[in-house]
Amino acid sequence: MSKKKKSFREELERLETIVRTLEEEDIELDEALQLFEEGVRRLKDARALLEESDLTVKRVLEAADGTLRAKNLDR
Amino acid sequence: MRDVTRRARQLVESGFTLLWVRGEITGFKSYRSGHWYFTLRDAEAQVRCVMWRSDNEHLRGSPEDGAEVFLEARPTLWEEKGEFRLTVRRLVPTAAGGLWQIQLERAKAALARDGLLDPARKRPLPTFPRRIAVVTSVDGAALRDIISVLTRRWPSVELWVVPTRVQGDGAETEICAALERVNRVPDLDLVIVGRGGGSAEDLWAFNSERVARAVAAVRVPTISAVGHETDIALTDLVADVRAPTPSAAAEAAVPDRVSVAGTLDGTALRLARALTTRLDVGDERLARTADRLTSAMVRDVERRRNALERLVGKLDALSPIKVLARGFAVARDDAGRVLRRVADFPPGADFRLTVSDGDVRARRLAGDA
Repeated sequence: MSKKKKSFREELERLETIVRTLEEEDIELDEALQLFEEGVRRLKDARALLEESDLTVKRVLEAADGTLRAKNLDR
Repeated sequence: MRDVTRRARQLVESGFTLLWVRGEITGFKSYRSGHWYFTLRDAEAQVRCVMWRSDNEHLRGSPEDGAEVFLEARPTLWEEKGEFRLTVRRLVPTAAGGLWQIQLERAKAALARDGLLDPARKRPLPTFPRRIAVVTSVDGAALRDIISVLTRRWPSVELWVVPTRVQGDGAETEICAALERVNRVPDLDLVIVGRGGGSAEDLWAFNSERVARAVAAVRVPTISAVGHETDIALTDLVADVRAPTPSAAAEAAVPDRVSVAGTLDGTALRLARALTTRLDVGDERLARTADRLTSAMVRDVERRRNALERLVGKLDALSPIKVLARGFAVARDDAGRVLRRVADFPPGADFRLTVSDGDVRARRLAGDA
Protein backbone atom coordinates (compact mmCIF):
# COMPACT_ATOMS: atom_id res chain seq x y z
CA MET A 1 0.00 0.00 0.00
CA SER A 2 2.71 2.43 0.99
CA LYS A 3 4.26 4.11 -2.00
CA LYS A 4 7.73 4.52 -0.50
CA LYS A 5 9.86 1.47 -1.07
CA LYS A 6 12.31 2.15 1.73
CA SER A 7 11.53 3.38 5.15
CA PHE A 8 12.95 6.69 6.25
CA ARG A 9 14.87 4.88 8.92
CA GLU A 10 16.54 2.65 6.33
CA GLU A 11 17.39 5.74 4.28
CA LEU A 12 19.08 7.36 7.26
CA GLU A 13 20.95 4.18 8.11
CA ARG A 14 22.21 3.89 4.54
CA LEU A 15 23.31 7.54 4.60
CA GLU A 16 25.21 6.96 7.82
CA THR A 17 26.94 3.93 6.30
CA ILE A 18 27.93 5.97 3.25
CA VAL A 19 29.36 8.81 5.31
CA ARG A 20 31.27 6.45 7.60
CA THR A 21 32.70 4.54 4.66
CA LEU A 22 33.88 7.80 3.10
CA GLU A 23 35.26 9.04 6.40
CA GLU A 24 36.96 5.92 7.62
CA GLU A 25 37.74 3.52 4.84
CA ASP A 26 40.42 3.58 2.25
CA ILE A 27 38.40 3.05 -0.89
CA GLU A 28 38.98 3.64 -4.57
CA LEU A 29 38.23 7.04 -5.99
CA ASP A 30 35.44 5.97 -8.30
CA GLU A 31 33.80 4.03 -5.51
CA ALA A 32 34.07 7.12 -3.31
CA LEU A 33 32.46 9.21 -6.04
CA GLN A 34 29.70 6.68 -6.49
CA LEU A 35 29.00 6.64 -2.77
CA PHE A 36 29.05 10.41 -2.69
CA GLU A 37 26.55 10.65 -5.53
CA GLU A 38 24.32 8.11 -3.83
CA GLY A 39 24.60 10.12 -0.63
CA VAL A 40 23.58 13.35 -2.33
CA ARG A 41 20.66 11.59 -3.99
CA ARG A 42 19.47 10.09 -0.72
CA LEU A 43 19.83 13.41 1.08
CA LYS A 44 17.64 15.02 -1.55
CA ASP A 45 15.05 12.24 -1.26
CA ALA A 46 15.06 12.47 2.51
CA ARG A 47 14.66 16.22 2.41
CA ALA A 48 11.85 15.92 -0.13
CA LEU A 49 10.04 13.66 2.33
CA LEU A 50 10.43 16.30 5.04
CA GLU A 51 9.04 18.92 2.71
CA GLU A 52 5.80 17.00 2.24
CA SER A 53 3.08 19.05 3.83
CA ASP A 54 -0.20 17.26 3.21
CA LEU A 55 -1.09 14.72 5.84
CA THR A 56 -3.05 11.80 4.38
CA VAL A 57 -6.07 11.05 6.54
CA LYS A 58 -8.23 8.04 5.75
CA ARG A 59 -11.34 6.74 7.36
CA VAL A 60 -11.56 3.00 7.83
CA LEU A 61 -14.84 1.42 6.79
CA GLU A 62 -15.81 -2.19 7.21
CA ALA A 63 -17.81 -3.88 4.45
CA ALA A 64 -20.56 -6.39 5.19
CA ASP A 65 -18.14 -9.25 4.43
CA GLY A 66 -15.71 -7.96 7.05
CA THR A 67 -13.12 -6.52 4.67
CA LEU A 68 -11.70 -3.11 5.49
CA ARG A 69 -11.62 -0.16 3.13
CA ALA A 70 -9.84 3.12 3.67
CA LYS A 71 -11.50 6.20 2.21
CA ASN A 72 -10.03 9.68 2.25
CA LEU A 73 -11.57 11.57 5.12
CA ASP A 74 -13.25 14.85 4.22
CA ARG A 75 -11.83 17.57 6.37
CA MET B 1 -52.75 -13.55 56.59
CA ARG B 2 -52.77 -12.00 53.17
CA ASP B 3 -55.04 -9.21 54.31
CA VAL B 4 -52.78 -8.44 57.24
CA THR B 5 -49.60 -8.20 55.21
CA ARG B 6 -51.35 -6.22 52.49
CA ARG B 7 -52.71 -3.69 54.97
CA ALA B 8 -49.31 -3.50 56.65
CA ARG B 9 -47.69 -2.82 53.28
CA GLN B 10 -50.20 -0.10 52.47
CA LEU B 11 -49.59 1.48 55.86
CA VAL B 12 -45.83 1.44 55.42
CA GLU B 13 -45.93 2.76 51.87
CA SER B 14 -48.33 5.56 52.66
CA GLY B 15 -46.44 6.44 55.84
CA PHE B 16 -43.17 7.23 54.07
CA THR B 17 -42.15 9.14 51.01
CA LEU B 18 -38.97 8.50 49.05
CA LEU B 19 -36.15 9.08 51.54
CA TRP B 20 -32.40 9.11 51.82
CA VAL B 21 -30.64 6.84 54.29
CA ARG B 22 -27.01 6.23 55.05
CA GLY B 23 -25.37 3.00 56.16
CA GLU B 24 -22.98 0.17 55.50
CA ILE B 25 -23.68 -2.62 53.06
CA THR B 26 -23.49 -6.22 54.20
CA GLY B 27 -24.57 -9.55 52.74
CA PHE B 28 -24.50 -8.15 49.20
CA LYS B 29 -25.72 -10.56 46.54
CA SER B 30 -26.37 -9.98 42.86
CA TYR B 31 -28.72 -12.53 41.34
CA ARG B 32 -28.65 -13.84 37.82
CA SER B 33 -31.76 -11.79 37.15
CA GLY B 34 -29.63 -8.70 37.73
CA HIS B 35 -31.48 -7.71 40.91
CA TRP B 36 -29.38 -6.85 43.96
CA TYR B 37 -30.17 -7.91 47.52
CA PHE B 38 -28.31 -6.67 50.58
CA THR B 39 -28.67 -5.40 54.11
CA LEU B 40 -28.01 -1.81 55.09
CA ARG B 41 -26.92 -1.31 58.65
CA ASP B 42 -25.54 1.22 61.04
CA ALA B 43 -24.66 0.96 64.72
CA GLU B 44 -28.27 0.77 65.85
CA ALA B 45 -30.38 -0.78 63.13
CA GLN B 46 -30.45 -2.75 59.94
CA VAL B 47 -32.88 -3.24 57.12
CA ARG B 48 -33.10 -5.56 54.11
CA CYS B 49 -32.86 -3.84 50.72
CA VAL B 50 -33.57 -4.71 47.13
CA MET B 51 -32.39 -2.79 44.10
CA TRP B 52 -34.01 -3.90 40.86
CA ARG B 53 -31.96 -4.38 37.75
CA SER B 54 -33.68 -1.47 36.00
CA ASP B 55 -32.32 0.79 38.75
CA ASN B 56 -28.82 -0.70 39.13
CA GLU B 57 -27.84 -1.51 35.57
CA HIS B 58 -26.57 1.97 34.76
CA LEU B 59 -24.24 1.94 37.77
CA ARG B 60 -20.56 1.47 37.02
CA GLY B 61 -20.11 -1.41 39.37
CA SER B 62 -21.56 -3.18 42.32
CA PRO B 63 -20.77 -2.25 45.93
CA GLU B 64 -18.75 -4.47 48.19
CA ASP B 65 -19.62 -5.54 51.67
CA GLY B 66 -18.47 -2.89 54.10
CA ALA B 67 -18.98 -0.03 51.64
CA GLU B 68 -20.67 3.00 53.11
CA VAL B 69 -23.42 4.35 50.91
CA PHE B 70 -26.29 6.78 50.63
CA LEU B 71 -29.51 5.19 49.40
CA GLU B 72 -32.55 6.84 48.00
CA ALA B 73 -35.24 4.34 48.80
CA ARG B 74 -38.90 3.72 49.46
CA PRO B 75 -39.81 1.59 52.49
CA THR B 76 -42.16 -1.26 51.81
CA LEU B 77 -43.19 -4.59 53.19
CA TRP B 78 -42.49 -7.79 51.34
CA GLU B 79 -45.69 -9.66 51.80
CA GLU B 80 -44.45 -13.16 50.99
CA LYS B 81 -41.96 -13.03 53.86
CA GLY B 82 -43.67 -10.46 56.01
CA GLU B 83 -40.43 -8.55 55.87
CA PHE B 84 -39.90 -4.82 56.12
CA ARG B 85 -37.47 -3.61 53.51
CA LEU B 86 -36.29 -0.76 51.30
CA THR B 87 -36.72 -0.61 47.56
CA VAL B 88 -33.60 1.26 46.50
CA ARG B 89 -33.83 3.66 43.59
CA ARG B 90 -30.41 5.26 43.85
CA LEU B 91 -27.14 4.20 45.44
CA VAL B 92 -24.24 6.63 45.98
CA PRO B 93 -21.05 5.52 47.72
CA THR B 94 -19.79 8.00 50.29
CA ALA B 95 -16.13 7.25 49.51
CA ALA B 96 -14.38 9.39 46.91
CA GLY B 97 -14.71 7.73 43.52
CA GLY B 98 -17.13 5.32 45.09
CA LEU B 99 -18.32 2.40 43.05
CA TRP B 100 -16.21 3.35 40.10
CA GLN B 101 -13.12 3.16 42.22
CA ILE B 102 -14.11 -0.24 43.52
CA GLN B 103 -14.83 -1.48 40.03
CA LEU B 104 -11.57 -0.01 38.74
CA GLU B 105 -9.54 -1.69 41.47
CA ARG B 106 -11.16 -5.02 40.67
CA ALA B 107 -10.42 -4.66 36.95
CA LYS B 108 -6.86 -3.58 37.68
CA ALA B 109 -6.33 -6.64 39.85
CA ALA B 110 -7.70 -8.91 37.12
CA LEU B 111 -5.41 -7.34 34.50
CA ALA B 112 -2.43 -7.62 36.83
CA ARG B 113 -3.21 -11.31 37.43
CA ASP B 114 -3.01 -11.89 33.70
CA GLY B 115 0.31 -10.06 33.48
CA LEU B 116 -1.11 -7.26 31.34
CA LEU B 117 0.31 -4.52 33.57
CA ASP B 118 3.82 -5.97 33.49
CA PRO B 119 6.30 -3.24 32.45
CA ALA B 120 8.24 -5.90 30.51
CA ARG B 121 5.30 -6.09 28.11
CA LYS B 122 5.82 -2.50 26.96
CA ARG B 123 7.04 -2.29 23.39
CA PRO B 124 9.14 0.58 22.03
CA LEU B 125 7.47 2.90 19.52
CA PRO B 126 8.78 2.88 15.94
CA THR B 127 11.11 5.81 15.15
CA PHE B 128 9.63 6.74 11.78
CA PRO B 129 6.11 5.31 11.51
CA ARG B 130 4.53 5.40 8.07
CA ARG B 131 1.00 4.37 8.94
CA ILE B 132 -0.72 5.25 12.20
CA ALA B 133 -4.25 4.25 13.19
CA VAL B 134 -6.30 6.29 15.61
CA VAL B 135 -9.28 4.86 17.48
CA THR B 136 -11.47 7.75 18.53
CA SER B 137 -14.59 9.69 17.64
CA VAL B 138 -14.50 11.12 14.14
CA ASP B 139 -16.05 14.39 15.36
CA GLY B 140 -14.01 14.75 18.51
CA ALA B 141 -11.43 17.34 19.54
CA ALA B 142 -8.92 14.49 19.95
CA LEU B 143 -8.85 13.75 16.22
CA ARG B 144 -8.51 17.44 15.32
CA ASP B 145 -5.61 17.82 17.74
CA ILE B 146 -3.84 14.72 16.45
CA ILE B 147 -4.21 15.81 12.82
CA SER B 148 -2.86 19.24 13.65
CA VAL B 149 0.22 17.93 15.47
CA LEU B 150 1.02 15.33 12.79
CA THR B 151 0.66 17.96 10.06
CA ARG B 152 3.17 20.17 11.84
CA ARG B 153 5.69 17.53 12.87
CA TRP B 154 5.64 14.70 10.36
CA PRO B 155 3.04 15.02 7.60
CA SER B 156 4.49 12.25 5.45
CA VAL B 157 2.71 9.76 7.70
CA GLU B 158 -0.63 8.19 6.78
CA LEU B 159 -3.34 8.43 9.43
CA TRP B 160 -6.10 5.81 9.39
CA VAL B 161 -9.06 6.84 11.49
CA VAL B 162 -11.04 3.93 12.92
CA PRO B 163 -14.17 5.73 14.12
CA THR B 164 -15.97 4.78 17.29
CA ARG B 165 -18.19 6.38 19.84
CA VAL B 166 -16.16 7.11 22.95
CA GLN B 167 -18.90 7.68 25.50
CA GLY B 168 -22.45 6.66 26.26
CA ASP B 169 -24.21 3.33 26.00
CA GLY B 170 -22.48 0.91 23.71
CA ALA B 171 -19.22 2.88 23.58
CA GLU B 172 -17.27 0.03 25.19
CA THR B 173 -18.47 -2.47 22.60
CA GLU B 174 -17.72 -0.07 19.77
CA ILE B 175 -14.21 0.70 21.00
CA CYS B 176 -13.47 -3.03 21.31
CA ALA B 177 -14.73 -3.62 17.76
CA ALA B 178 -12.61 -0.72 16.47
CA LEU B 179 -9.51 -2.12 18.18
CA GLU B 180 -10.17 -5.49 16.61
CA ARG B 181 -10.40 -3.75 13.20
CA VAL B 182 -7.07 -2.08 13.89
CA ASN B 183 -5.52 -5.55 13.98
CA ARG B 184 -6.61 -6.00 10.38
CA VAL B 185 -5.18 -2.75 9.00
CA PRO B 186 -2.29 -3.71 6.69
CA ASP B 187 1.28 -2.39 7.21
CA LEU B 188 0.34 -0.63 10.41
CA ASP B 189 3.12 0.76 12.61
CA LEU B 190 1.31 2.27 15.59
CA VAL B 191 -2.09 2.89 17.19
CA ILE B 192 -3.36 5.83 19.21
CA VAL B 193 -6.51 5.18 21.24
CA GLY B 194 -8.26 7.83 23.25
CA ARG B 195 -10.42 10.91 23.47
CA GLY B 196 -10.34 14.49 24.67
CA GLY B 197 -11.26 15.68 28.13
CA GLY B 198 -14.64 15.21 29.73
CA SER B 199 -16.31 14.29 32.98
CA ALA B 200 -15.32 11.11 34.79
CA GLU B 201 -18.48 9.55 33.40
CA ASP B 202 -17.55 10.60 29.84
CA LEU B 203 -14.15 8.95 30.18
CA TRP B 204 -15.52 5.81 31.74
CA ALA B 205 -15.40 3.55 28.69
CA PHE B 206 -11.59 3.74 28.87
CA ASN B 207 -11.74 2.31 32.37
CA SER B 208 -13.56 -0.77 31.18
CA GLU B 209 -11.69 -4.01 31.67
CA ARG B 210 -12.97 -5.24 28.33
CA VAL B 211 -11.59 -2.19 26.50
CA ALA B 212 -8.28 -2.47 28.38
CA ARG B 213 -7.96 -6.10 27.29
CA ALA B 214 -8.71 -5.11 23.68
CA VAL B 215 -5.92 -2.51 23.87
CA ALA B 216 -3.54 -5.14 25.22
CA ALA B 217 -4.44 -7.43 22.31
CA VAL B 218 -3.43 -4.91 19.62
CA ARG B 219 -0.51 -6.38 17.67
CA VAL B 220 1.39 -3.12 17.09
CA PRO B 221 2.63 -0.63 19.69
CA THR B 222 -0.13 1.41 21.32
CA ILE B 223 -0.43 4.89 22.81
CA SER B 224 -3.33 5.60 25.14
CA ALA B 225 -4.43 9.21 25.55
CA VAL B 226 -7.56 9.83 27.58
CA GLY B 227 -8.76 13.22 28.71
CA HIS B 228 -6.49 15.77 30.34
CA GLU B 229 -3.12 15.46 32.08
CA THR B 230 -4.56 14.34 35.39
CA ASP B 231 -6.92 11.68 34.10
CA ILE B 232 -5.50 8.19 34.22
CA ALA B 233 -7.56 5.49 32.61
CA LEU B 234 -7.21 1.72 32.66
CA THR B 235 -6.20 1.77 28.99
CA ASP B 236 -3.25 4.00 29.99
CA LEU B 237 -1.93 1.17 32.14
CA VAL B 238 -2.00 -1.53 29.46
CA ALA B 239 -0.88 0.59 26.49
CA ASP B 240 2.81 0.67 25.59
CA VAL B 241 2.89 4.42 26.16
CA ARG B 242 0.55 6.65 28.14
CA ALA B 243 0.20 10.17 26.78
CA PRO B 244 -1.42 12.86 28.94
CA THR B 245 -3.48 14.24 26.04
CA PRO B 246 -4.26 13.30 22.41
CA SER B 247 -1.90 16.08 21.23
CA ALA B 248 0.88 14.61 23.36
CA ALA B 249 0.12 11.18 21.87
CA ALA B 250 0.72 12.59 18.38
CA GLU B 251 3.95 14.22 19.59
CA ALA B 252 5.14 10.88 20.95
CA ALA B 253 4.11 9.05 17.78
CA VAL B 254 6.29 10.87 15.23
CA PRO B 255 9.64 12.67 15.15
CA ASP B 256 9.84 16.40 14.57
CA ARG B 257 10.86 17.17 11.01
CA VAL B 258 12.74 20.31 12.06
CA SER B 259 15.10 18.29 14.24
CA VAL B 260 15.40 15.54 11.62
CA ALA B 261 16.27 18.26 9.08
CA GLY B 262 19.04 19.32 11.46
CA THR B 263 20.37 15.76 11.51
CA LEU B 264 20.31 15.70 7.71
CA ASP B 265 22.22 19.00 7.60
CA GLY B 266 24.91 17.44 9.77
CA THR B 267 25.06 14.39 7.52
CA ALA B 268 25.37 16.62 4.44
CA LEU B 269 28.31 18.46 5.97
CA ARG B 270 30.08 15.26 6.92
CA LEU B 271 29.47 13.88 3.46
CA ALA B 272 30.96 16.98 1.85
CA ARG B 273 33.99 17.00 4.15
CA ALA B 274 34.61 13.28 3.74
CA LEU B 275 34.66 13.65 -0.01
CA THR B 276 36.86 16.74 -0.11
CA THR B 277 39.35 14.92 2.13
CA ARG B 278 39.09 11.86 -0.06
CA LEU B 279 39.62 13.77 -3.28
CA ASP B 280 42.48 15.58 -1.66
CA VAL B 281 41.44 18.64 -3.63
CA GLY B 282 42.51 20.85 -0.76
CA ASP B 283 39.57 23.06 -1.49
CA GLU B 284 39.66 25.18 1.64
CA ARG B 285 36.90 27.32 0.33
CA LEU B 286 34.37 24.52 0.55
CA ALA B 287 35.36 23.72 4.11
CA ARG B 288 35.11 27.38 5.06
CA THR B 289 31.72 27.62 3.40
CA ALA B 290 30.66 24.56 5.37
CA ASP B 291 31.82 26.16 8.64
CA ARG B 292 29.96 29.34 7.90
CA LEU B 293 26.92 27.27 7.06
CA THR B 294 27.18 25.51 10.40
CA SER B 295 26.90 28.73 12.38
CA ALA B 296 24.18 30.08 10.12
CA MET B 297 22.24 26.88 10.65
CA VAL B 298 22.26 27.23 14.38
CA ARG B 299 20.69 30.65 14.09
CA ASP B 300 17.82 30.08 11.79
CA VAL B 301 16.08 26.97 10.58
CA GLU B 302 14.65 28.59 7.48
CA ARG B 303 17.97 30.12 6.49
CA ARG B 304 19.58 26.82 7.23
CA ARG B 305 17.35 25.18 4.69
CA ASN B 306 18.39 27.63 1.94
CA ALA B 307 22.00 27.33 2.97
CA LEU B 308 21.80 23.60 2.70
CA GLU B 309 20.46 23.89 -0.81
CA ARG B 310 23.47 25.98 -1.72
CA LEU B 311 25.70 23.43 -0.11
CA VAL B 312 24.05 20.61 -2.00
CA GLY B 313 24.70 22.67 -5.14
CA LYS B 314 28.38 22.72 -4.23
CA LEU B 315 28.35 19.01 -3.54
CA ASP B 316 26.80 18.51 -6.92
CA ALA B 317 29.71 20.41 -8.45
CA LEU B 318 31.95 17.66 -7.16
CA SER B 319 30.11 14.86 -8.90
CA PRO B 320 32.12 12.93 -11.54
CA ILE B 321 30.56 14.76 -14.49
CA LYS B 322 31.49 18.10 -12.98
CA VAL B 323 34.97 16.82 -12.16
CA LEU B 324 35.40 15.97 -15.83
CA ALA B 325 34.23 19.46 -16.74
CA ARG B 326 37.13 20.78 -14.69
CA GLY B 327 39.56 19.03 -17.04
CA PHE B 328 39.97 15.58 -15.57
CA ALA B 329 39.52 12.48 -17.73
CA VAL B 330 38.71 8.88 -16.93
CA ALA B 331 40.51 6.08 -18.77
CA ARG B 332 38.62 2.82 -19.28
CA ASP B 333 39.40 -0.37 -21.18
CA ASP B 334 36.96 -1.88 -23.69
CA ALA B 335 35.20 -3.73 -20.90
CA GLY B 336 34.55 -0.40 -19.17
CA ARG B 337 36.98 -1.02 -16.29
CA VAL B 338 38.62 2.11 -14.96
CA LEU B 339 42.39 2.10 -15.61
CA ARG B 340 44.22 3.48 -12.62
CA ARG B 341 47.87 2.40 -12.81
CA VAL B 342 50.55 2.27 -15.41
CA ALA B 343 50.28 -1.52 -15.19
CA ASP B 344 46.68 -1.25 -16.36
CA PHE B 345 47.96 -0.01 -19.74
CA PRO B 346 49.83 -2.78 -21.61
CA PRO B 347 52.08 -1.26 -24.32
CA GLY B 348 50.10 -0.72 -27.48
CA ALA B 349 46.76 -1.30 -25.71
CA ASP B 350 43.64 0.51 -26.88
CA PHE B 351 41.58 2.32 -24.29
CA ARG B 352 38.92 5.04 -24.05
CA LEU B 353 39.19 8.42 -22.42
CA THR B 354 35.97 9.92 -21.10
CA VAL B 355 36.07 13.71 -20.97
CA SER B 356 33.30 16.14 -20.14
CA ASP B 357 31.42 15.90 -23.44
CA GLY B 358 32.15 12.37 -24.63
CA ASP B 359 34.71 9.64 -25.24
CA VAL B 360 37.89 9.55 -27.33
CA ARG B 361 39.74 6.43 -28.36
CA ALA B 362 43.38 6.24 -27.36
CA ARG B 363 46.35 3.89 -27.46
CA ARG B 364 49.41 3.58 -25.29
CA LEU B 365 52.59 4.18 -27.32
CA ALA B 366 54.51 0.95 -27.68
CA GLY B 367 57.85 2.47 -26.74
CA ASP B 368 56.53 4.31 -23.70
CA ALA B 369 58.36 3.43 -20.53
